[in-house]
Amino acid sequence: MKESPDAIKKVSIIISKGSLDGIYPGLIMANGARMEGIEATLFFTFFGLDAILKKRVDKLTVATVGNPGMHMPTLLGALPGMSAFATAMMKKQMEKLDIPPAGEFLEMIKDAGAGIYACRATVDMFGLSKDDFIPQVDGIINVGEFYERSAGAQIIFT
Amino acid sequence: MQTKEIAGKQVQVDEDGFLVNPNDWTREIAQALAAEQGIDVLTEAHWRVIEFMRADFAEKGAVPTIRRLSKVGGIETKELYELFPNGPAKKAARIAGLGKPQGCV
Repeated sequence: MKESPDAIKKVSIIISKGSLDGIYPGLIMANGARMEGIEATLFFTFFGLDAILKKRVDKLTVATVGNPGMHMPTLLGALPGMSAFATAMMKKQMEKLDIPPAGEFLEMIKDAGAGIYACRATVDMFGLSKDDFIPQVDGIINVGEFYERSAGAQIIFT
Repeated sequence: MQTKEIAGKQVQVDEDGFLVNPNDWTREIAQALAAEQGIDVLTEAHWRVIEFMRADFAEKGAVPTIRRLSKVGGIETKELYELFPNGPAKKAARIAGLGKPQGCV
């Protein structure tokens, strides 16, 4: 296969947002990297941690307030049930495209050989421990360790 | 598009070396394409993936996703990555004589 001299070999993807639409781009990019034979590390920080918390992973929602991409007036987006509705719609579309629910997607990404890490500062700030996380998480690391693991990688912040 | 001789047969391939017409595919061509991809021996486990991909493609008209290989084909993702290292979906599709996978997952 053709290989240009500067083909990407390694990526580190930071996921910092906790909504469904905040988490999926990073998951798709990490999985896509592995599909191309690119080494991949996922680093979850701040509300992005929701994606790897046992209690939250399969309850992610789409934000309908403060999300200009929804093309929805703020007051309308704030109506009860609006976020649930938007979430259900998006999940249905994703299923059609064979994009798995977050929990299953993380299993897939782990099986594909990517590293999955939680941010130490956020874990301490929210008073969490290793037991709060899904089993696919490789560890809780600090920012220095994140950079060490990212040696030679492209770093992508989402 | 260009014509190329693979395993003694003249076939059309696209610019990335994928067969243009899945019907040109033979098991001998699969062996030759696998060798090109650095897989010297196609084991029974490889054939299981290839045969499922071809059957699914014939039925659905699309190269199956990794998720579909696992859920419908019963091929675990871990195993798939071991069998076809460095880009499993693409590699397996190529060896199976199918086009480049079009989806993002």
